[in-house]
Amino acid sequence: MSSTHTPSPSRLACTVNGRAVALEVAPHALLLDVLRDRLELKGAKRSCDVQVCGACTVLVDGAPVSACTYLALEADGRDVLTVEGLGAPEALHPLQQAFIAHGALQCGFCTPGMLLTAKALLDEDPAPTPERVAHWLRGSLCRCTGYRKIVDAILAAAS
Amino acid sequence: MSGLRPFALHRPRSVEEASRLLAEHGGDAMVYAGGTELLVLLKAGLARPGCLVDVKAVPSLASIEAGAGALRIGATARHRDVERSPAVRAACPLVADVARHVANVRVRSVGTVGGNLAFADPHSDLATVFLTLDGTVRLEAAGAARDVPLTDFVRGPYETSRRDDELLTEVRLALWPAGTAAAYLKFGVHERPTLGVAVALSPNGAPDRVGAARIAVGCVGPRPTRLPAVEAAARGLDAAELARRAGELGALAAEAVDPVADLHGAADYKRDMTRVFVQRALALAAARLAGRSPIVLHPHTVAV
Repeated sequence: MSSTHTPSPSRLACTVNGRAVALEVAPHALLLDVLRDRLELKGAKRSCDVQVCGACTVLVDGAPVSACTYLALEADGRDVLTVEGLGAPEALHPLQQAFIAHGALQCGFCTPGMLLTAKALLDEDPAPTPERVAHWLRGSLCRCTGYRKIVDAILAAAS
Repeated sequence: MSGLRPFALHRPRSVEEASRLLAEHGGDAMVYAGGTELLVLLKAGLARPGCLVDVKAVPSLASIEAGAGALRIGATARHRDVERSPAVRAACPLVADVARHVANVRVRSVGTVGGNLAFADPHSDLATVFLTLDGTVRLEAAGAARDVPLTDFVRGPYETSRRDDELLTEVRLALWPAGTAAAYLKFGVHERPTLGVAVALSPNGAPDRVGAARIAVGCVGPRPTRLPAVEAAARGLDAAELARRAGELGALAAEAVDPVADLHGAADYKRDMTRVFVQRALALAAARLAGRSPIVLHPHTVAV
């Protein structure tokens, strides 16, 4: 590396799950690592690490992104939503309730990503067709459920 | 390893400043916008830049405009922006629909058209479709600009004719004449398409007679290519004749491509799939030229 200076940390100021956050982060820090290791939000998972599986999905200004392949500094000035901000154990989000009611999770590893992707879809289209749900879930992989129950849960939450 | 090696992040406010930074740092700087391909490359250690030049803060690079028979998409326009752009929907709905199917919803939220073209991943949808729209890219550096046809810009896998100090600022697409029927089929089970075929049939005289055909195949070879022999064979046929002869034209296409064996398949397999999918794309475009809107269902295929 021929760079003659050490990259200096920069300030990241954003909201995470509705709360203001201010951190010094290095330019090369990934959002997933900042969420998991510095904010102790373990819902987003490192799985494929190349943004093809969806287990690390979080919402930035309402749009789903792969936190494993997203610089933390890109969230500066933005609103980040993780699964921890979707609902509380005593007040689950309708999507979470529907996932439980429809058996749309087993090991739970893909679930945070599925929930947040579904939330982004329903915020944009409150009454999606099954085709549209499947389209949005493309790239969110599940090894347990066979996907049918996940789609059913999302359609049920929408109605 | 997870995580990235350290780099400095520069955020120029103009094309001139970006170009100056690129010239100053030479091969140690890489252009960064969405990073959906770049950051994966960095994680794999296949590139180790000392700095990234983030061009998202350069105004006007994200614009999408249609007019005077052309559609101009700025380099930092995201796939999602193209998908949802009223200008694209009105000027060339196929482009909006192809953008809708790039990768996955997360990549579409973040990844850019310029990044996609400049990265020149052979397994790309946009480059293939843009070849049928006679796409040209604008490259700017130090106050000078040049327009390069996409077919010359993409030279091979991950290789373009962009100089280190140049910034790809926009892609310009020449819109098809009124009455053109088009289709894009992409096939594959992996995250990136195994094969993509774009067909545009423009009428001449009768609305269902092919005056000009534009056909491109991508993903199977080192770079996407037009198929002039197949285009010539399609010229002058009416929709019914073209539908009947689609298989023969598919076979012609299979001879014209230069498939590369990789994880997506052996060269022979890709050659045969070229035959199959050129036939299917021609059949679909021909049906549309005849005014029909067939529902197309092929395994592992997105039909746009």
